[in-house]
Amino acid sequence: MSVLVYIENWDGKLKKISFELASYAVKLGEEMSQPVVALSLGNVEESELKKLGAYGITKILSDANDAYATLDNRAIAKAVAVAAEKQGATLVLMANNNLGKAIAPRLAVRMKAGLGTAVLGLPISITPFVIKKSVFTGKSYGFLNIKSTNKVLTLSSNSFGLVEKNADATIESFNADLTAADFETVVENTNKITGKVLLQDAEIVVSGGRGMKGPENWAPLEEMAELLGAGLACSRPVSDEGWRSHSEHVGQTGKIIAPNLYFAFGISGAIQHLGGVSGSKVIVAVNKDPDAPIFEAADYGIVGDVFKVLPQLIEAIKEMKA
Amino acid sequence: MKILVLIGNVPDTTTKIKFNADKTAFDAAGVQWIINPWDELALTRALELKEQHTGKIESVAVANVGKVGTEATLRKALAVGANEAIRIDAEPVDDYTVASQLAMVAADYDIILAGTESADYNGSAVGGMLAELLDRKSVSAVSGIDIDGDKLKITREIDGGSQTLKMDAPIVFIVQKGIAKEPRIAGMRGIMEARKKPLHVVEGAAVEPLTHFDKFELPAPKAACIKIAEDQAGELIKRLREEAKVL
Ligand SMILES: Cc1cc2nc3c(=O)[nH]c(=O)nc-3n(C[C@H](O)[C@H](O)[C@H](O)COP(=O)(O)OP(=O)(O)OC[C@H]3O[C@@H](n4cnc5c(N)ncnc54)[C@H](O)[C@@H]3O)c2cc1C
Repeated sequence: MSVLVYIENWDGKLKKISFELASYAVKLGEEMSQPVVALSLGNVEESELKKLGAYGITKILSDANDAYATLDNRAIAKAVAVAAEKQGATLVLMANNNLGKAIAPRLAVRMKAGLGTAVLGLPISITPFVIKKSVFTGKSYGFLNIKSTNKVLTLSSNSFGLVEKNADATIESFNADLTAADFETVVENTNKITGKVLLQDAEIVVSGGRGMKGPENWAPLEEMAELLGAGLACSRPVSDEGWRSHSEHVGQTGKIIAPNLYFAFGISGAIQHLGGVSGSKVIVAVNKDPDAPIFEAADYGIVGDVFKVLPQLIEAIKEMKA
Repeated sequence: MKILVLIGNVPDTTTKIKFNADKTAFDAAGVQWIINPWDELALTRALELKEQHTGKIESVAVANVGKVGTEATLRKALAVGANEAIRIDAEPVDDYTVASQLAMVAADYDIILAGTESADYNGSAVGGMLAELLDRKSVSAVSGIDIDGDKLKITREIDGGSQTLKMDAPIVFIVQKGIAKEPRIAGMRGIMEARKKPLHVVEGAAVEPLTHFDKFELPAPKAACIKIAEDQAGELIKRLREEAKVL
């Protein structure tokens, strides 16, 4: 038996979540007394894969088939299942991001495995196997008992953190034996977000609501995010109005995020908004209405005008950085 | 082509979440039930496609796994414009059992739309599981679907951007925000018509669940917010750095 961890790449670079996944898999392997094997699908340089060693991974299977770059859900699920079978893995771990959420349910059916998605931290117990996850969109927690022998988990980012270990990873080439016919996703066009911190990876998030008044006022939020290496987010009406892209919408019907620090500028704090951000370690709110519900969820708050507070905050951050 | 939209029956998004005394089950007393918000957007888009491509999309059906109490939610979907509804008579015990029940009726449909997750247990699983059970291709995080000649033109979000794809049916789409602008709301006429539309009840199969929620817990109450004066931004940054240690 073993633990298999699926490590994603983007354009040949390992995603940030990969290192947290590696750290988590190694710890889980220890707790379950099982070896850990990492799986990489697609063309990734050895030197890049070797980086996983710094988080305790000692064995990596790499299938360098370029076709994985189409992110065909069925093909990837099939390949992960083949690797799991070959390694005798009973537990497969992946990221709770767009790709992980696409693959995990398919894989779970293939493996006849119980599925735990958006898992928060290490299992509460190994026997029985119980994980903690957020339910009712951030309004409470559930303890999910996975009863089947095989298990598939997706890990919420920032819920475990990085654990550095000095291991040397050996890379074995692996072939899932997929043919061209397995890849049915035809990509016409890819629109890459470059040079920006991905919202899901971000440790700090700067978010704006309707109180920002219009898309022309986003420059200070962008500047602040840039200074802090933060991701940008927004409330639902902001993306509904087309002020910002849907990919930045957080909350009940958008993304659910849990950064270390969440800044809410001009956001009232509706229950559906809070559902997506209440897992943040620290919430800072700036709102001119002292009774705005966001202050009930916030750790720090400034009752004031965002347009007065933002320039000062940016100055203070620049001073801190200097 | 025929479209099937999977419909989850979930507590209204403003519901204050409560559990029973030993915290082993959700307390549904007094709860208002709604169509899962993403499923509502999926249904809206399905109806738009049917209207825009009359020759190509024949009908839009909706399906739910649930006991008789969920029929009100299915009637809502009919009132919004779905042609027919299917209720598979079984408790929705876990994602695997729900997907397995749906697989019994879904194979007849060319395009299946599922929401990215349900607003109750946030599993993000049923659509993908159903696709695998039917051995069909699937696309997740879909924020746009259009028909272009004899192909489907799809926009999906990926981790690090977005893509446009060209694919064809049979297919399962797991959709998210952006798929439709606003959910469609039923009018008086729709509500009247819905009473006469077919709502088929299918007997559920015995499927063994793979997971079970043992217990629930409400988050610990938050400490009071520390207020900082409007002209003290420097103080805020200092506290975030020294006190909260997040900068
Ligand atoms: C089914 C459903 C799902 C939903 N899902 C989501 C979701 O996923 N995410 C989400 O965000 N919402 C969601 N909503 C909407 C939610 O209910 C709120 O309407 C929304 O979050 C409000 O956005 P807002 O805070 O930006 O705007 P508003 O509520 O309009 O708040 C604007 C705030 O800005 C403040 N303000 C105005 N001017 C200034 C200024 N100059 N300086 C400082 N403060 C100022 C005001 O005091 C106010 O508090 C959902 C609703 C429903 C029904």
